[in-house]
Amino acid sequence: MEFPILSLMLAIPLAGAIACLFLGAQAARMTALLATLVNLALGILLWVNFEIGGPQWQFVERAEIFAVFSYALGIDGIALMLIMLSVFLMPICILASWDAITKRVGEYMSAFLLMEVLMIGVFAAQDLYLFYIFFEAGLIPMYLIIGVWGGDNRIYASYKFFLYTLLGSVLMLIAMMWMVNQAGTTDIPTLLNYDFDPSAQTWLWLAFFASFAVKMPMWPVHTWLPDAHVQAPTAGSVILAGVLLKLGGYGFIRFSLPMFPEASEQFAWLVYILSMVAVIYTSLVALVQNDMKKLIAYSSVAHMAIVTVGLFAFNVQGIEGAMMVMLGHGLVSGALFLCVGVIYDRLHTREIARYGGLSINMPKYALFFLLFTMASIGLPGTSNFIGEFLALAGIYKVSTLVTLVCTTGIILGAAYMLYLYRRVAFGEQKNADAAAMPDLNAREWAMLAPIAAAVLWMGVYPESFLAPMRQDIAALEARIARAAPDFDADNVIGTPREHNANYVAAAHGEEGAH
Amino acid sequence: MHPILLIVFLPLLAAIVAGLVNKSAPSIFAKSITTGALFVSAALSWPIFLGFVGGTYEPTVVPVLKWVQSGTLTFDWALRVDTLTAVMLVVINTVSALVHLYSWGYMEEDPDQPRFFAYLSLFTFAMLMLVTADNLVQMFFGWEGVGLASYLLIGFWFKKPSANAAAIKAFVVNRVGDLGFMLGIFGTYLVFDTVSISEILAAAPGMSGASIGFLGYTVYTMDVLCILLFIGAMGKSAQLGLHTWLPDAMEGPTPVSALIHAATMVTAGVFMVVRLSPMFETAPIALGLVTFVGAATCIFAATVGTTQWDIKRVIAYSTCSQLGYMFFAAGVGAYGAAMFHLFTHAFFKALLFLGAGSVIHAMHHEQDMRYYGNLRKHIPLTFWAMMMGTLAITGVGVYHLGVGFAGFWSKDAIIEVAFARGTELGNFAFWMGVFAALLTSFYSWRLMFLTFWGKPRWIESEHIQHSVHKTPEEAGEDTTGGYHPHESPISMLVPLGVLSIGAVLAGQIFAPTFLDDAAFWGSSIFYNEPLIHAMHAVPYWVKYSALVVMLIGLLVAWLAYIKDTSIPGKTAEQLGPIYRFLYNKWYFDELYHYLFVVPAFWLGRQFWKLGDVGTIDRFGPNGVAWVVEKGAVGARKFQTGYLYSYALVMLLGLVAAITWVLF
Repeated sequence: MEFPILSLMLAIPLAGAIACLFLGAQAARMTALLATLVNLALGILLWVNFEIGGPQWQFVERAEIFAVFSYALGIDGIALMLIMLSVFLMPICILASWDAITKRVGEYMSAFLLMEVLMIGVFAAQDLYLFYIFFEAGLIPMYLIIGVWGGDNRIYASYKFFLYTLLGSVLMLIAMMWMVNQAGTTDIPTLLNYDFDPSAQTWLWLAFFASFAVKMPMWPVHTWLPDAHVQAPTAGSVILAGVLLKLGGYGFIRFSLPMFPEASEQFAWLVYILSMVAVIYTSLVALVQNDMKKLIAYSSVAHMAIVTVGLFAFNVQGIEGAMMVMLGHGLVSGALFLCVGVIYDRLHTREIARYGGLSINMPKYALFFLLFTMASIGLPGTSNFIGEFLALAGIYKVSTLVTLVCTTGIILGAAYMLYLYRRVAFGEQKNADAAAMPDLNAREWAMLAPIAAAVLWMGVYPESFLAPMRQDIAALEARIARAAPDFDADNVIGTPREHNANYVAAAHGEEGAH
Repeated sequence: MHPILLIVFLPLLAAIVAGLVNKSAPSIFAKSITTGALFVSAALSWPIFLGFVGGTYEPTVVPVLKWVQSGTLTFDWALRVDTLTAVMLVVINTVSALVHLYSWGYMEEDPDQPRFFAYLSLFTFAMLMLVTADNLVQMFFGWEGVGLASYLLIGFWFKKPSANAAAIKAFVVNRVGDLGFMLGIFGTYLVFDTVSISEILAAAPGMSGASIGFLGYTVYTMDVLCILLFIGAMGKSAQLGLHTWLPDAMEGPTPVSALIHAATMVTAGVFMVVRLSPMFETAPIALGLVTFVGAATCIFAATVGTTQWDIKRVIAYSTCSQLGYMFFAAGVGAYGAAMFHLFTHAFFKALLFLGAGSVIHAMHHEQDMRYYGNLRKHIPLTFWAMMMGTLAITGVGVYHLGVGFAGFWSKDAIIEVAFARGTELGNFAFWMGVFAALLTSFYSWRLMFLTFWGKPRWIESEHIQHSVHKTPEEAGEDTTGGYHPHESPISMLVPLGVLSIGAVLAGQIFAPTFLDDAAFWGSSIFYNEPLIHAMHAVPYWVKYSALVVMLIGLLVAWLAYIKDTSIPGKTAEQLGPIYRFLYNKWYFDELYHYLFVVPAFWLGRQFWKLGDVGTIDRFGPNGVAWVVEKGAVGARKFQTGYLYSYALVMLLGLVAAITWVLF
């Protein structure tokens, strides 16, 4: 395609971001909403024009800048889906901030639009350094969003967020420099097929892992997430859970797996162990939280652990499942944070015990909240089921033990989410102020209804989302097949041994069955 | 358009419309649209079923929509119609339609009727998706869908803490079973490279005797797959170990108990085992487990049922026990008999629940049988309906006359087939089944006698006291307290009447079809013809054992609750520990509470406070911050501003540099 649509999708929010700095509050809101809606429209255009089964990299743009560094953009199906997630959530974030943010509105909107530029940039970048710049620069607006517009303990949370994520990135930059030096190119599609020496892969993998594990976040480098979520404004949490957490998974899928397949196999056990711990540990921690946002934050860590085991299953189901969990979780946890935001805006507390019986005075809200709760639990028919099911089916081929441990997440997930829902929406209305809260207004409808529709769409007809990614994930599987770990479950499948006739005959012999 | 599309999707459509319109229209709107949809579905289901009975209907699969394609793991939305599905269609839609109608009267004063009816129809849709599933994943969709509806309906009166607790318990305990179900699906996909039920069943015999790795052990492939799937069935069908949610589920409105927790949802586990019967037939260990768990549940639940006072809980334990019969029937290989009992049980158990609901309705929401008595004369129609249900569940019928109520045909067939199997587990199941039949008769007649015979004990009830504004002292001699129970409205009586007909005739009419007609079942289940012949050939003492124990149970109940009402109290006192053990349901709830719930919360707090805050944060980010801070303090000391200290550093540096260069 000749038309530089990806650059345009970067330019529009960037222009909006600059404009917002000089505008008054209401004008900034309108500008931000308009810019994000235009980008959403462009995103849909991108999706419609994406040729399924066509070339791997589409909408490619390239401009040499200096030395090996170039401005190179292009997307495959995986990046397309994550860009769609970003542009879909953005207008919703602007709406969520409409009334909640009253100070420095221009700067706030500007930060969000900048965030959108950087997120699209990360997914579209085809140059290693360009990727790094977008990847790391994303920290800055989020740091400001938490640090300036956050809650009471925002400074601590923003520093923690910044330190954690930056620490991992430094190692990744060093690894990138070494790689460019070795391979002589910064072009990601080229690097995807470059075979690094397996011994070097080990160190490169660990350096990338340091960065992606923090972003994911994996246990035990997850503790920045609950603080960041709790302190961030609602829209900040939505973007954090919806898109920023996906950068880690995207990193694994784009770099760690295809570039270092042998090392990925070598460290798969590490990923499995950390993920298994995360599922049990963070789910149980979520069970005892009194703060709604913290609970959902911990649940995110547990869900992301399903993503990591799926990715390191080295097969199509695992990786497609991981992608679907990322997309589904992006929608659902984002929606859950919006649900928290809706009642936070009314009562200004996130403490679960201050609510109760909201089904009575806010029935429409309770319905949406129920839908997203069930989606988070992974009820079939919602987006998260497809992802979790595929990811776990994928990992079952590799290890039944890992599958068993990770699948307990469906029990624990049901426990903490239903416990949350019960305390918020069911029971008597024991707090007069909570009982007096009005139901959803039109703006909140406009935020929640599109996500609800998307969640159901993904659950009932996920083919729309799987189809664009199919070819890329098949290519990835082919690329990493040489390093795929042995099945532990298949030591004899497919070849029936000695027919265990005695046993069957003993049970059915007397009546002469069979 | 195939009628199955209407049958399945009309209830969904009705649920969506009723749920979205909710209170913006008078509740009659939601009630009519949902009830209407269900009657249409029921009316369309019977011709399909009778078509299979008559042998004129061909099994078919109606595709609906593509669902998932991921590598070789593909599954679509599709509706399968075969004999087994047809049986479930009539059960689900008939009972559901009648329960919808019944709820017009029962829920009349509830302010949230549209929500209630929407949930009921949503449940029906999910249940229909379950039974029409052509692949395991769609079955799982229905499985979880009915779980959701059950959760919502148990917690329908969401202001009650006990209802909320019961709803969560039901969902979470079921999820434990679902863990097994999911692992079973994954394993099945790994082994057969498909999740299509028909393809799995076709390939299963070829895998008989093969082994596979599981959790580091090498085990029989088919056994491990079937056991995993059966764990799912145990959760949904409330079998021993995963049964604890079912009695608590009685917190939901009574029509819900009748539809979900008696006739349909709880039988999903049985349906699953029967649907996958060709697969289970290749897994002898798994079948042994099914037999054992079924027989154990059947006797466990029956013992508990003899001691409960809450009318709904007695029936709930009875359901649990009857499900045990169905499972061990399947376990010994008599899938037709299992389905037959499922079929008859749906009618008479729904009848008993709806009858109990009618009693509760008449007694101002009192559910404790200790405060009933003498209701026979006050609500005679309900009494007769309950009587039909009791005669059916206790299995009244005489073999040589060839007549009997519904339960006689199905339950006796199960007891006989367990005996005919001839294996040790079969014998175990047979004796457990006979003993449970004795207890069934006892607790069923106990329920009848306490409720409908004897003197009125109504004034002891707080509900009645509220109604008549009197305390027992004020009422004095008049133990009715002046309360007048009223017979239920026509909308409740009609379903009772229809179900009574089912309870009386369902066995008589359909016994030859379900038990003996291999052509009826076709390939939809594994039909073991020699076993059925063996069943018909069992000795007469086996055939009459169920009737004999039924009479003993009746006699004991009569002695204890009519002849000399002091017997129960004295017996309970004499058998103190045993009575308390049974009354407290074998202490399963307490055990699980201390084994799972308490440790989960404790661990969660430890992980949070000691793990995240106490270790990771302390030595991670906060520790780094601490080091940086202290390091900065140290570094500041170098920058003192005094000339001599800078001179010293310079000197040292100079010395070091010279040393480096020279040596």
